[in-house]
Amino acid sequence: MPRESVLHKVRTALARKAGQPAAPAPPPRLRIPALDPEARWEQFARALEKLGGKAQRVADPAEAGRSVAALIGDRPAVASQAPYLAECGITRLPSVQSGFRDPAALRAACAAAEFGITSAQYALADTGTLVIAASGQEPRLISLLPPVHIAVLPAGRLLSGLDELFAVLPAPAECASALVLITGPSRTADIEQILVRGVHGPGEIHVIVVDGRETTG
Amino acid sequence: MTPLYQINIRKTLADAHLEEAIYAATARLMDHRRQVVAPEVLPDYEELREQARRIKQHTLENLDAYLEQFEAQVQGRGGVVVWARDGGEAADFLLELARRKQARLIVKSKSMTSEEIGLRERLEQHHLETVETDLGEYIIQLAQERPYHIVAPALHKTRYQVGEIFSRRLGVPEETVPEKQTKIARAVLRQKFLAADIGVTGANFLVADSGAVVLVENEGNARLTTSAPRIHVAVAGIEKLIPRAQDLAVFLKLLGRSATGQPLTVYTSLLAGPRREGELDGPEEFYVVLLDNGRTRVLADRDKRQSLYCIRCGACLNHCPVYRRIGGHNYPWVYSGPIGKVISPQFQGLMQDPWLPFASSLCAACAEVCPVKIEIPRLLLELRAEIVKTWRREGRKRLERWAFRLWAWVMRRPRIYEMLGLAAGALMGEEGGRSWLAKAPALLNAGPLRAWFSQRDLPPPGRTFRQLWRTRTARVR
Repeated sequence: MPRESVLHKVRTALARKAGQPAAPAPPPRLRIPALDPEARWEQFARALEKLGGKAQRVADPAEAGRSVAALIGDRPAVASQAPYLAECGITRLPSVQSGFRDPAALRAACAAAEFGITSAQYALADTGTLVIAASGQEPRLISLLPPVHIAVLPAGRLLSGLDELFAVLPAPAECASALVLITGPSRTADIEQILVRGVHGPGEIHVIVVDGRETTG
Repeated sequence: MTPLYQINIRKTLADAHLEEAIYAATARLMDHRRQVVAPEVLPDYEELREQARRIKQHTLENLDAYLEQFEAQVQGRGGVVVWARDGGEAADFLLELARRKQARLIVKSKSMTSEEIGLRERLEQHHLETVETDLGEYIIQLAQERPYHIVAPALHKTRYQVGEIFSRRLGVPEETVPEKQTKIARAVLRQKFLAADIGVTGANFLVADSGAVVLVENEGNARLTTSAPRIHVAVAGIEKLIPRAQDLAVFLKLLGRSATGQPLTVYTSLLAGPRREGELDGPEEFYVVLLDNGRTRVLADRDKRQSLYCIRCGACLNHCPVYRRIGGHNYPWVYSGPIGKVISPQFQGLMQDPWLPFASSLCAACAEVCPVKIEIPRLLLELRAEIVKTWRREGRKRLERWAFRLWAWVMRRPRIYEMLGLAAGALMGEEGGRSWLAKAPALLNAGPLRAWFSQRDLPPPGRTFRQLWRTRTARVR
């Protein structure tokens, strides 16, 4: 059996016995800077724009809805069922499709849409990153197949960076089958190191951060 | 007779265009890295390196426990762990899976581990269409070549060559603008993603406490590979384990910075098991193939075990004066550059390419930039010592051995050393005059000295160090 053979070789190499527990691991290293909300927003916007993304701050959910409406116009868009998008009135916009029940319908809509609209569980200020946990409400393909990704989230979800993320989410696998960190538009430099955006994922990314207290989670 | 590797290296050196391409690309990568690890922007860089090394060392020293924990976690979330002693077993598993599921098309994201075991070639031999989806890797697949660089597989191709390859293999008009070439690849590969039955990836990290496969990329092809097909198979070496998801805070900061100078790559996916209740996308089946393929042999060597810390960032390649001259295809195996010189002999067998650990100036630029602090120059010296021991056992390199013995004998006798030094100086003639050496180039340009003298000229001899030293100490007194 390959399993026993590999494990046996590992144990022989290390002079360890079967069932022997691991020695205590070095403590994790998490350093979380003190950062006020204003600084978080500024860092986030600066980092994202440096990567060619757009960051926008609005006063309330209604304004977020209007911003999204202005961005998409009457072009086809797909929105996730994240409760926050409904709160912003985004799922009710005329050119937005949402509320999928069928995998094939979701896939076809995402493949045809010009915009994919999601929320995000968190965002990381220092790198301009969105953190999206896949779920029934937040499918993976919406932030992946359409050429433009729009994400809308309340300002309270802005974390300082990776260290704070893994402090508030020490066991990410418990909450989702896929936790995806998105840092700017899809890009490549594989041909002569010339930067090209929008290879397989969206070439454009807009993040709308909404001030005020969050009412849904 | 000149060995083949030397002939090939000379060909690369003679190709000024290629040399310029490698030099420019690696210089850019070096520059990008430098900007994001500078103390002003990342004051705790050295601490992060130290922690990364500690974590890797600890994980490998307790690897069996972490492998079992990882396996239990994957199984607990409805995934399957498959163990493979070598590339053949890994490929056999995939072939059998494809047969059982009646799969016709496999999409792949870039993985050095699958390059190492020639996975794509093995699948194609069994008429299973397997498509690379990373742009650089796709170009290399169409060109039927081997990756040139760990993170930039098509680093050596010009846009004109890419245009020619696309036109020849895809039947599209020749296009030389990278943006348009990318659009062509996007359109072709999008159809493949949506039609594929199985997505195959590697893993940048395997997280023991989460049963998660972590993938780091910029294009989105790894996300598509793991989101669109109904089956996801990750093939990863057993050394990819890290204990906790929290350790990613350290490794993710180092990997992107060291590889391409990005504080974080565009996409980082933590994938733990198949899609869950209520999810509309993501794979229905999730497999992780844990591959040995020589790793346990390296693990058994207490000292050289650190070769397995490598997170495949490619920084040592970019900073290596040898890699930057000879490029990625002159190394005998898929792993090139300094880290390739260290791991190829240990995986492939020491005597397969005994010249490899010697092809280094030991300048230590690699060790200086390695995010997990692998002592590459020291490991190269140890590999050299082992190779020389083998040669000695086989009774080879007698002349070299005698030469060094003679040298050691002379070096231990200062008077004889000085006498020989003066004699050599006299033979070479005075400064400015025509020396004996200059008059007899043919003599020195032959035999074992040729390799040295064909590249270098001796400076005219002046006074010896010992003579200078005596005057100096006399003056001080």
